Amino acid sequence: MREITYDQAALEAIQEEFRRNPKTVHLSTDVPLDLQAEFGAERIRGTPISESGFVGAAIGLAGSGFRTVVNIRMATFAFVAMDQLINHAAKITYMFGGQAKFPILYRMTVGAGISAAAEHSISPYSMYMNAPGLKIILPTTPYDIKGLFRTAFNDTNPVISFEHTAFGNLKGEVPEYDYSIPFGQANIRREGSDVTVVALAKMVYEALAAATELEKTGISLEVIDPRTLVPLDHETIKSSVRKTGRLIVVDEACPTCGATAEIVSLVTTDKSTFARLKSPPVRICGLEVPIPFSPPLEKHVIPDKDRIIRAVRELVSEPVSEY
Amino acid sequence: MNISREQMLRLYTTMLTIRRFEERVAREYYAGNIAGFVHSYIGEEAIATGVCAHLDKEDRLVSHHRGHGHCIAKGADMRRMMGEIYGKRTGYCKGKGGSMHIADFSIGMLGADGIVGAGLPIAVGAAMASQLEKRHKVVAVFFGDGACNEGEFHEALNLAGIWKLPLLFVCENNQYGVNTHYKAAMAAQEITRIPEAYHIRNQSVDGNDVLAVYEAAGEAISRLREGEGPYFLECMTYRWHKHFLSNYLPDLRPQAELESWKKKDPIPAFQSRLLNQGILTVEKIQEIETKIATQVEEAVKFALESPYPEPEDALEDVYSG
Repeated sequence: MREITYDQAALEAIQEEFRRNPKTVHLSTDVPLDLQAEFGAERIRGTPISESGFVGAAIGLAGSGFRTVVNIRMATFAFVAMDQLINHAAKITYMFGGQAKFPILYRMTVGAGISAAAEHSISPYSMYMNAPGLKIILPTTPYDIKGLFRTAFNDTNPVISFEHTAFGNLKGEVPEYDYSIPFGQANIRREGSDVTVVALAKMVYEALAAATELEKTGISLEVIDPRTLVPLDHETIKSSVRKTGRLIVVDEACPTCGATAEIVSLVTTDKSTFARLKSPPVRICGLEVPIPFSPPLEKHVIPDKDRIIRAVRELVSEPVSEY
Repeated sequence: MNISREQMLRLYTTMLTIRRFEERVAREYYAGNIAGFVHSYIGEEAIATGVCAHLDKEDRLVSHHRGHGHCIAKGADMRRMMGEIYGKRTGYCKGKGGSMHIADFSIGMLGADGIVGAGLPIAVGAAMASQLEKRHKVVAVFFGDGACNEGEFHEALNLAGIWKLPLLFVCENNQYGVNTHYKAAMAAQEITRIPEAYHIRNQSVDGNDVLAVYEAAGEAISRLREGEGPYFLECMTYRWHKHFLSNYLPDLRPQAELESWKKKDPIPAFQSRLLNQGILTVEKIQEIETKIATQVEEAVKFALESPYPEPEDALEDVYSG
């Protein structure tokens, strides 16, 4: 199968949708020139650096029958437009009693690792998980981003796509035929029997690397990528934990009120899953600090393969607790 | 100005309908029959009336927390409005929005936003849609003087300006953001200096003179339809009630100022004019009053007789299907 990059796969999904549906508009400060050449400057519109303005404009376009893709670039810039995202995009369908639909795809990059310092590095998906009305996707492969975008384009709600900064040039197999990936369907990236590792965004790759290394010592990890956080695939996670009896959740966001807390909670509040736990779940998260600039500092605050390996070793060496 | 007798009668009727609707809402609010926050439009009726007279069903409108007048002037059903204000299942938003968030997308009323200034970027998007549709349709966005100090207001002016959007900015300058006079809150002092800085055509009119609003809006909207880009209309006015209806919220505006503006009530002034011109008669006035009273009464009756939503309805409409 052909291989393309994550960014190419995303653009291809947008291009296909814009060919299918003339009532589509793309807003971004950096104009995707190929799309503009094909669809014109009215639909592929370059915007000023005016986040509240264009994030809100997407809502007005949506309420007027247009589907809009908004590339906000970094998730830290979206905070400028938080009023439009939370007070309006998230609430408007409900507040107006469902009389209109708001099909919008908001894209933003997340994560650290490029020495961009605190104001250009963050993984804030849990903040948005707290605002009912938004759907949240977290694509980690070229295949996934294209398939999830396809689903977003069939959805009539605001969808936020959080895309790790490290993924843009990531290559992977993407079929040329039309396909979609449903929201709420986790991907078991690697099957295993000893420990379930649910990993988010770039941590999926750290978890896979840890699994490869631990396999050599006879420890088997099952690595799950939820792919979407709202809706979240509870069943795949719970059934994996029922099988392995151990859970590690890895995310580079801070632990407090994070997506990792939600995932641990869905496991521990489920009676039959809880009963199968051999040890308390473990969270491996970014340290509770803004992201620092200096490379060794940044490396220290973000989880990696080694932290996962240490946690797994500790977990499997513990005597099985008696609940 | 070219305006028919029928149109003048419609302006009169619309203003009076808003007034009587709002009077009834205030009465019911103070009687304890309506929950939450209600921002009364009394005193400002001429603005929504004069602007919306030029809008057809496919022209869009974005409103704000003080939005009942915009809804009525755009042609919303008062029964479903009242249903919403009472929190009933038959309301426009099934009781999920209330007084501050009435919308009727079927008539191009894209809803009222309760965050000051927030409707402006949304209106920019609606105007982009109108521009893309290429059918000479326009969008009117209403906001108060308070919104003019919000960043979203400035972003919206800039975007409408660079993209030459068919967007009519209607600033209802009622002179106070809650209790703060706009001149104490605005370095520019005169609101039209702001659109001027953005190279957006603008005009300030007496917002209590329905014909002045009608004429200015008419000219602005016909230019919008021709694709000449946005227009900014400031309408000077005054609200008669406090920021929102309340027994507790203080009203710190000078009492004499309020009284002087009540003397500039847009409705009697226009009524005298129509009487003098023979467009209205005492009998006709009574006929209109009776008709409106019946409609408002029916709206309240409809709201009272409508069921509340079921508790489990709270879980519906978080997402559209």
